[in-house]
Amino acid sequence: MSIETTGAVGPVEGVSRYDVDNPAPVIEPPRARTKKTPKSTRTNFELYGWLFMRLSGIVLVVLVLFHLLIQLVLDGGVSKIGFAFVAGRWASPFWQTWDLLMLWLAMLHGANGLRTVINDYAERPNTRFWLKNLLYTATVFTVLLGTLVIFTFDPNIR
Amino acid sequence: MPAGTLYRGREGMWSWVAHRVTGVLIFFFLFVHVLDTALVRVSPEAYDDVVATYKTPLVALLEYGLVAAILFHALNGLRVIAVDFWSKGTRYQKQMLWTVMGIWIVLMAGALYPVLGHAVREVFGS
Repeated sequence: MSIETTGAVGPVEGVSRYDVDNPAPVIEPPRARTKKTPKSTRTNFELYGWLFMRLSGIVLVVLVLFHLLIQLVLDGGVSKIGFAFVAGRWASPFWQTWDLLMLWLAMLHGANGLRTVINDYAERPNTRFWLKNLLYTATVFTVLLGTLVIFTFDPNIR
Repeated sequence: MPAGTLYRGREGMWSWVAHRVTGVLIFFFLFVHVLDTALVRVSPEAYDDVVATYKTPLVALLEYGLVAAILFHALNGLRVIAVDFWSKGTRYQKQMLWTVMGIWIVLMAGALYPVLGHAVREVFGS
């Protein structure tokens, strides 16, 4: 778009105050990025978070429902669970991978869900900050602990 | 005060509330569950001790509640995905919720005996 330099005010309103020798001052577009503009911190984080909830959700439906079926329904339900049962299952890399994937996806899915809940209901900035700090700390701790347990499991511990 | 101004919500709102509540409950259980499983790194006895509490009748009832929460969250989550990605998802969201509830009731009935059977036998003897 070319800017009309001969007159900022049309002939209807009267004679222009500006001409070629006396140009109007340049007004910056209000949203133009300049050197003084703070660096943009906008990312697509929330979009990826939204997508992650759906993708991990589909995988978790399979992982968790089979987990419940094995642990609580088949072969005597909860009655058969014990150290020997865990040792038997974690002897197989398949179930180790299953449980590891389930741990990571469920913890991240749950943590992101709780982050949304905190954002919705905790209104004071301080409360939000501390609740989310607590959430992230507990999440990192639990994920690392669970991962360590799966990788260092020793069936002959005693 | 004008009568009938309280918004009582419809299928969409209440399924959203239930999805939140079940999600938070499941997440809190998950923390406890990772911690109790971590006891396999302490000793077989420590793990078997804590698992023994999972086998008591009262906790069996809580497990049935956990299954209820997880099944609803899983089925309704699939409905949410359908609402988001299926072009007719919003039009059929109510029908999908009643489908979810139907499947939920069937699965909960199926889980009744496996999850609670041993608790019933313990309480009432057999």
